[in-house]
Amino acid sequence: MPSRSAALVGYGRGVTSEDAAADAALLADLRGVLGDRARDNDFERGLYSRDGSIEGSPPAIVCLPDSAAEVAEIVRVCRRHSRPFLARGSGTGLAGGAVPVGRPVVVATSKMDRIVEIDTANRIAWVEPGVLNLDLSRALAPQGFHFAPDPSSQQVCSIGGNIANNSGGPHCLAYGVTTAHIAALEVVLPSGDTTVLGGVEAEPAGLDLRGLFVGSEGTMGIATKAAVRLTSNAPAVRTLLLDFDDVSEGSAAVSAIIAAGLVPSALEMMDQRAIEIVEAFAHAGYPTGAAAVLLVELDGLPGGVEAGVEIVREVAQKHHVGHVRVAADDAERALLWKGRKNAFGAVARIKPDYYLHDTVVPRSKLTEVLEKVYRIADAYGLIAVNVFHAGDGNLHPILAFDRREPGVDERVKAAGRDIVAASIEAGGVLSGEHGIGLEKRDYMGMLFSTHDMYTQDVVRETFDPDGLANPLKIIPTGSRCSDSFHQHVPEGAWV
Amino acid sequence: MSSQPSGAGASPAAAASTGPAAAGASLAANIAAEVTAFAGEVGSSGAVTVVGARTHRDVGGVPLAGTREVCAPAGVWEHEPSEMTVRCGAGTTVAELAAHLARTGQMVPLDPVDDAATVGGVLACGFSGHRRLRYGHVRDLVLQTRHVDAAGKVVTAGGPTVKNVSGYDLARLLVGSLGTLGLLAEVILRTLPVPPAAQWLEGDGDPFAAFDLLYRPSSILWNGSHVWILLEGDPADVAAEASKLETAGFAPCDGPPPIPAAGRESMRPSDLRALAGTAGGWLAEVGIGLVHRPEPVQAAPVSPANALLMDQLKQRLDPDNRLNPGRRPW
Repeated sequence: MPSRSAALVGYGRGVTSEDAAADAALLADLRGVLGDRARDNDFERGLYSRDGSIEGSPPAIVCLPDSAAEVAEIVRVCRRHSRPFLARGSGTGLAGGAVPVGRPVVVATSKMDRIVEIDTANRIAWVEPGVLNLDLSRALAPQGFHFAPDPSSQQVCSIGGNIANNSGGPHCLAYGVTTAHIAALEVVLPSGDTTVLGGVEAEPAGLDLRGLFVGSEGTMGIATKAAVRLTSNAPAVRTLLLDFDDVSEGSAAVSAIIAAGLVPSALEMMDQRAIEIVEAFAHAGYPTGAAAVLLVELDGLPGGVEAGVEIVREVAQKHHVGHVRVAADDAERALLWKGRKNAFGAVARIKPDYYLHDTVVPRSKLTEVLEKVYRIADAYGLIAVNVFHAGDGNLHPILAFDRREPGVDERVKAAGRDIVAASIEAGGVLSGEHGIGLEKRDYMGMLFSTHDMYTQDVVRETFDPDGLANPLKIIPTGSRCSDSFHQHVPEGAWV
Repeated sequence: MSSQPSGAGASPAAAASTGPAAAGASLAANIAAEVTAFAGEVGSSGAVTVVGARTHRDVGGVPLAGTREVCAPAGVWEHEPSEMTVRCGAGTTVAELAAHLARTGQMVPLDPVDDAATVGGVLACGFSGHRRLRYGHVRDLVLQTRHVDAAGKVVTAGGPTVKNVSGYDLARLLVGSLGTLGLLAEVILRTLPVPPAAQWLEGDGDPFAAFDLLYRPSSILWNGSHVWILLEGDPADVAAEASKLETAGFAPCDGPPPIPAAGRESMRPSDLRALAGTAGGWLAEVGIGLVHRPEPVQAAPVSPANALLMDQLKQRLDPDNRLNPGRRPW
């Protein structure tokens, strides 16, 4: 079977004059398609060398296509040059999925940012991949709809990135992650051919290639247009802030709310450090003395929402809640969410850098795993801040650190690995919504057997037999007997 | 199949009921043993077909004559109401799963036309039930699958938690694959609370206008002239939504007529309008675009590019075409 290493330009041994000549020939062909929207200046290569994760390496060339036809041409040019390509949205991904590996051509979708059609009769919208998540929901608002996945980065992250990572967000507790909201995808396959996966019709014929593509982190091709499902805006919304003196009471309340038969639209938790930094930033009136707060949102028709508020109140009281604050109006609700959604950036108040993790554990294990997270952070001399989607057990430990401290990168990675291991040991999974990328690629074996990973790679290979589409992501090296590509991973890239 | 214990008493569920950690370990061992036994039955050679309740036996073609039959393990193995997940053998009937979950006020809205159908059968066909409008496609209820592949090996995909994006989404690929890529042995599904109130209404109004009038109705069925609408949720909300419909000429009823099961015709939701006034004993899901017909429906073609990918997936995952030969999802 072909190895994914076959196409990689020898990197990690430095760029040779042969590489430079190959890059020049490639650039000339790409300029033939894109003109000055194919670029190789150091500034832009530097700009596109990283995503939201903590590592990076520069691409050979950055392309800014304006249409699906141009994307297809870029892929065909890359094929002729046996050069990997890598689609990139806003670069907010946290798992290194958009970090260039193998000196690829980066295909940035930022110019493909048109909402092509809003089709309320079929409750879908056709959008290009560069459309920003929040821009889409804003455009849908006048018709009474929104796009349900709402990552914390929704102001800047793109729909294409959401598709690549099968992104989530606080409101995925009730509405599900991205895959449930994508009806169809127009994609340029690694072969250079364009096709539509899925469909707007009820039951598109054949295998669910659409479901396979969503979350495949650009390793099966490049999405150039998506039919996203429209979700009705709820007639009634209530947002509650509950504070607890004890983290374990807060966690227990999470399980109890779910066990009471409620499915809140969001159920978020913040620990004491998170509350302090968020309050200092957002001034939302978060109780800074509390050990934990829960942000609970209920939406739907008014009867169920009000009944839900009472259930939450009762459950919280059984778990010794301090205060139950119900947002009085949209402004107060927005203020509470402002704190939550900007929590990660606010960590800069503690340390200049942070590493945001993403694992899922059973709700009943939240307390146990949170305690382990604190112990792990202590052991590595790091500060852990926890702001997370408690309702679905999706932990987001933030490790705050200062890059300038010698050796800190190694400690951060080691702590991250321990957190992943603790989550899996508790019956959890590697990632709830950020994906695998490079970050967790080599942890896949914690969750999957060698044969599981082999099977996944066989499926990937069906789409990309030559290994040109965002190579070396998701599946660890050594999953295939023919693989020997670890020596090709660039210096400084995360393996 | 011979090794299949019948009923909860003989299945690993018996261990689950004893509760403590030791029982948890033995439960896991029992489940693993059942899955391994199933893998042994599937083996690594010879044509094989998995048989559930035979309620959807002709979907995508009939297994070739002489194909060896196997049955997936059955039994509800783990159900954690506060996790809203349930783990069961793929051979479990939907009726058994529903009865188990109902004890704690939960459900998995699979809603096959005949609830003698097995969970694995419903998923292999990828047929969502009539409440898809509210609860989404069946594949979005699947959290983890464990299947036996063409080599007779067990493959796990997805994960046990309610949220997970670890690795390629093979679980979604298996849903609707008619057992041609792997045979489902075990699944973990997302559960939902049973809504506290439910009410069917019927009338001759415009189903499309009704859809726009309501917030997240559970089902709107239409035969071209008459409409049946299911409302679910909080009692006050169901009453309020029902009164809106009553103003529009609808009246409470016991439910829709039996849903024809012979054919499923798929179209865009908006294309259903063209069926207004046409006869034929069909029942359509408004908002979804699915027409249930009393006669078989020719499957829609897939594009050449997609057919190539599907053929290659099949070829790579089942090179000897031994899994459910004669059936084909495209």
